[in-house]
Amino acid sequence: MSALLRVTNLGVRFRLRDAVVQAVTDLDLTVRRGELLAVVGESGCGKSVLAHALLGLLPANATVTGYAHLGTVDLLGCGEKRLAREVRGRQIGLVPQSPATALTPVRTGRSLLAETLRAYGRDPGKAGELAADAGLPAADLDRYPFQLSGGMAQRLVTALALAGDPPLLIADEPTTGLDRPLVDHTLDLLRRRCDNGSAVLLITHDLAAAERVADTVAVMYASRIVEHRPAAQVFGRPGHPYTAALLDALPGRAFRPIPGHPPMLTALPSGCAFAARCPRVSEVCGSQPAGDVACHHPIAVPEVVS
Amino acid sequence: MTLAAHDVSAGYRGRRVLDGVSLAVAPGETVALRGPSGSGKSTLVRVLALLHSPDAGHVSLDGARIDGVRHRVPAATRTRIAVLFQSPRAASDPRLSLADLIAEPLRATGHPRDLTAARVAELADRVGLTPDLLGRRPHAVSDGQLQRACLARALVHRPRFLLCDEATTMLDASTQAHVAAVITEEQREHGAGVLLVSHDDALVRRWADREVTLPA
Repeated sequence: MSALLRVTNLGVRFRLRDAVVQAVTDLDLTVRRGELLAVVGESGCGKSVLAHALLGLLPANATVTGYAHLGTVDLLGCGEKRLAREVRGRQIGLVPQSPATALTPVRTGRSLLAETLRAYGRDPGKAGELAADAGLPAADLDRYPFQLSGGMAQRLVTALALAGDPPLLIADEPTTGLDRPLVDHTLDLLRRRCDNGSAVLLITHDLAAAERVADTVAVMYASRIVEHRPAAQVFGRPGHPYTAALLDALPGRAFRPIPGHPPMLTALPSGCAFAARCPRVSEVCGSQPAGDVACHHPIAVPEVVS
Repeated sequence: MTLAAHDVSAGYRGRRVLDGVSLAVAPGETVALRGPSGSGKSTLVRVLALLHSPDAGHVSLDGARIDGVRHRVPAATRTRIAVLFQSPRAASDPRLSLADLIAEPLRATGHPRDLTAARVAELADRVGLTPDLLGRRPHAVSDGQLQRACLARALVHRPRFLLCDEATTMLDASTQAHVAAVITEEQREHGAGVLLVSHDDALVRRWADREVTLPA
């Protein structure tokens, strides 16, 4: 299948008054049509910044380097006007991380959805159907955002992101605040989109969710992707010691936290950022590893991603 | 000492959410509170935490009935019941440093000032907050770091009961396991009882001694 999103050597830095935050470093990834890629990792590792960089939504103190192409569109170079008119919502949908802050408080869900559909040249009467797809009952569409529970608001922003039927959907923690049946409903919705030929970039800290629906998984740690392989391999035979340690923290596995702390993004080491917490560390870890499993001492010899 | 809800009915502006619910948490045990969305799990937590007055029924601590909401009951009673919420950002005063967030409940109850700093440092270490983070305010730390601070704050009075309302749902696996380990250690050392609201089957199976399910 052909590549829809191609990101090469992406870097994002934020200038602060007294420091520079290195939020994304040397990041390469490809998402094919029909693929569901889950980006997983601890909070603060750079997952959401990646999403916002692709959509041109970073604040003014951010510096973005590298390349990101969606089909033939140069996402980093095409300019705000083109992003606004052609890309956001139409080519790339975003399910934002905190729905409560993404919704206009003075408009009902139905009015927001109808407006969005009209803007994309679609039938505003489809609002109810779209909401139902996202698991939101039609009756709740006539409520204002402050009358919605966190889970209802989450489903509403999911419906809004799907209003433009975008070929790529970036879903940033789309299952937060949902109970298990609704989590499954949302994940199934994402899976169906992929099965129908769209692509989804699922950003999540919920490893169980990623395991359930993802084709491929990219594990992020301290601004870099440390392991990027098919989901079954990542969960079945993790190659990077960080992936293995993260999986071991799951309550269904060892329920054992990773010792130590992730490094500050303002003071990343020059070598492997996991070295300080890693049981397999050696001298060579002072240099930066590369590959689908970015580790000098991978646990299992990984199979090549085709 | 037991924390219990007796035949509690509660709701909001006439909308009944809980209808005659009884529940007791004993020292040292972990009770999972389950039920579908909207079944009143958070409302029951709020009632037990003395943040919401029931329309009928009452809450008791060690057999003694507690009347009134949190700020009206004696400090000795309310400091025995601590809460850890789902969203640490919504639960934290954005003006305070993490150190002040942790220390505030001690200051509010007239804890000796010279002992406060030591208690804050001890708890920060236990929950895994490094000293450089303690001077920061909520906007400058991650959700995981802020929830660790909220856990330290919840434990600062060494509560007899800790109510966790989806408190680890938004955390990554490693932070969740660490928060659970800190709470389990507190239970082992001081016999605190824990009420755990969670949708996560694996977490409940791993952590809870028994389950109570609210009807839809």
